Amino acid sequence: MANSTTTADPAPPGNLRWQKNRLAIAPWLFVAPALIFFSIYVIIPIFQSIALSFYEWNGLYDGEGQSTAKWVGLDNYRKLLFDDERFYISLKNNVIWLVLYMLAVPLGLAIALFLNQTVTGIRFYKSMFFFPFVISQVVVGLIYGWFYNPDYGVVGSLWKWAFCEETINIMGNVTTKCSTKPPDILGDEDWATYGIIFAGLWPQVAYCMILYLTGLNNVSPEQIEAGRLDGAKGWKMLRHIILPQLAPATFLAIVVTVIGALRSFDMIAIMTRGGPFGSSNVLAYYMYETAISEYGDRYGYGSAIATVLFLIMLVYISYFLWRMYRDEKDNS
Amino acid sequence: MFPTPIEKTSGGLRLAYKLALPIALFLWLLPLLAIFMTSIRPAVDINSGNMFGWPSAFNLVENYVAVFTQSEALTYFWNSVKVTIPTVIISVSLACLAGYGLAIYNFKFALPLFFLFIAGNFVPFQILMVPVRDLSVKTGLYDTVTGLVLFHSAFQTGFCTLFMRNFIRALPYELIESARIEGVKEWRIFWHLVLPLVRPAVAALSVLIFTFIWNDFFWATVLTQGEASKPITAGIRALNGQFVSQWHLVSAASLMAAIPPVLMFFAMQKHFIAGLTLGATKG
Repeated sequence: MANSTTTADPAPPGNLRWQKNRLAIAPWLFVAPALIFFSIYVIIPIFQSIALSFYEWNGLYDGEGQSTAKWVGLDNYRKLLFDDERFYISLKNNVIWLVLYMLAVPLGLAIALFLNQTVTGIRFYKSMFFFPFVISQVVVGLIYGWFYNPDYGVVGSLWKWAFCEETINIMGNVTTKCSTKPPDILGDEDWATYGIIFAGLWPQVAYCMILYLTGLNNVSPEQIEAGRLDGAKGWKMLRHIILPQLAPATFLAIVVTVIGALRSFDMIAIMTRGGPFGSSNVLAYYMYETAISEYGDRYGYGSAIATVLFLIMLVYISYFLWRMYRDEKDNS
Repeated sequence: MFPTPIEKTSGGLRLAYKLALPIALFLWLLPLLAIFMTSIRPAVDINSGNMFGWPSAFNLVENYVAVFTQSEALTYFWNSVKVTIPTVIISVSLACLAGYGLAIYNFKFALPLFFLFIAGNFVPFQILMVPVRDLSVKTGLYDTVTGLVLFHSAFQTGFCTLFMRNFIRALPYELIESARIEGVKEWRIFWHLVLPLVRPAVAALSVLIFTFIWNDFFWATVLTQGEASKPITAGIRALNGQFVSQWHLVSAASLMAAIPPVLMFFAMQKHFIAGLTLGATKG
């Protein structure tokens, strides 16, 4: 690095110790406000939740302001792992989310390649394709909830158009006859999760697309030229010359997609509330449902679910931190 | 450039590409267009099943006004503003300070502290839910706008610090070094030298945090209950219950909730994308 070539310190020696002390205290003064705030609301609660997962508690306090929590040891985990079908349904759905959500990465790359041109108006197209990411997931959930609606939605309308016949009798009453009933995607135990994931992919693909567009912008033109001279074209060019240079974008796309998949909550809350019969539940929503929805105030049991989800996420967090640590060491 | 620029290809392909663009965009935004069309239909269309055809009348103004007059939407909207703006200011300010502290000084804890902020930023919300809610209840901040602001500010500080620290780290270190040699105090270096240089990062973070917080649904549900403090995302869900099968009103309300972040995105597009894609170009 360039800064290793600084000249000898011209400050007088008496000043040096003071300067050293000042340099030792200063970083703490700068970091302290953020650190204290972050600890109160993020770091400490993580440990409190883990501790709480060994208790049974309904969130109440007795007359003296003491918590009414009761120590139950590993009981919550025992119930969770050996006696809770809903937990396994949620876990299975989390896996489905993780796998299918990954489609956002190649789909985002495909759209980015499609849009990486310089024709007039392309900037407009790029921002419009990115549009779904800016909208709240609540709104996306509502849009698709209506989209899938068998009576009022787009799916229902298309179905009527394709499979139904309208007849008007002598009295002028309209009757509709359909050869098959329109599918109620979100009301079907087998399809609800896939319906929600499909909706979730919409903004996620947009996110991955923008990551790849930025990556493509920075692909070295010399290497592409060199590749062309070597006769690389199309798929070969993409695989051997472009993709390696897009590795940082791919890494980031995978990280945000994994986190997005494990955090999926909003759309489930809006579209199905985990139903029908818990079939579209995921750990994030199941935890919420257990702890503070109308189904009960099982704070301890909810915390146990949260701890499991946290441990799953911790695998990814550790990997991400390890990569950052490696890069830091390379840079210094 | 990859793929091959379309200008260099045959005329037929060029034409096909230019035709494909609007068609692809139409299909991509079809759900959004469909809900927009619904939001300007009169109720009679919804009841008669005319969801896809031409609206029998254009009720753009009526429907959107109805959302505001028949519900608490205006309160929700204002609550979102009151939550979002202070959160952006607090979290970005704290992150400027912390990012500077972690980027400029090579003290032993610089890297561990930095990693603490990153790790905290990625945890699932559920692991924080019960203690944060309990803390808010105990301090009287449950179901208040202040309670939401404090939590969001603290949580977003993690992401902002990650961003700021890397941004400041990339600044030329000699600048700070030479200021120190001249005897400029640390605080003044931060204020007069570094802060003006991180303006692009402040802009990028501000639009990002604005969008994240405006769109937050989870904490809005966990930390609020009544109408007085509910932000628009949680409010929309309440409206959805209130306007059962009045899809024209539900869609109008949903689109309205999406407007501020969309405006923000189009106004500050460059900064927004710069913020999101930080790290997409270098390892």
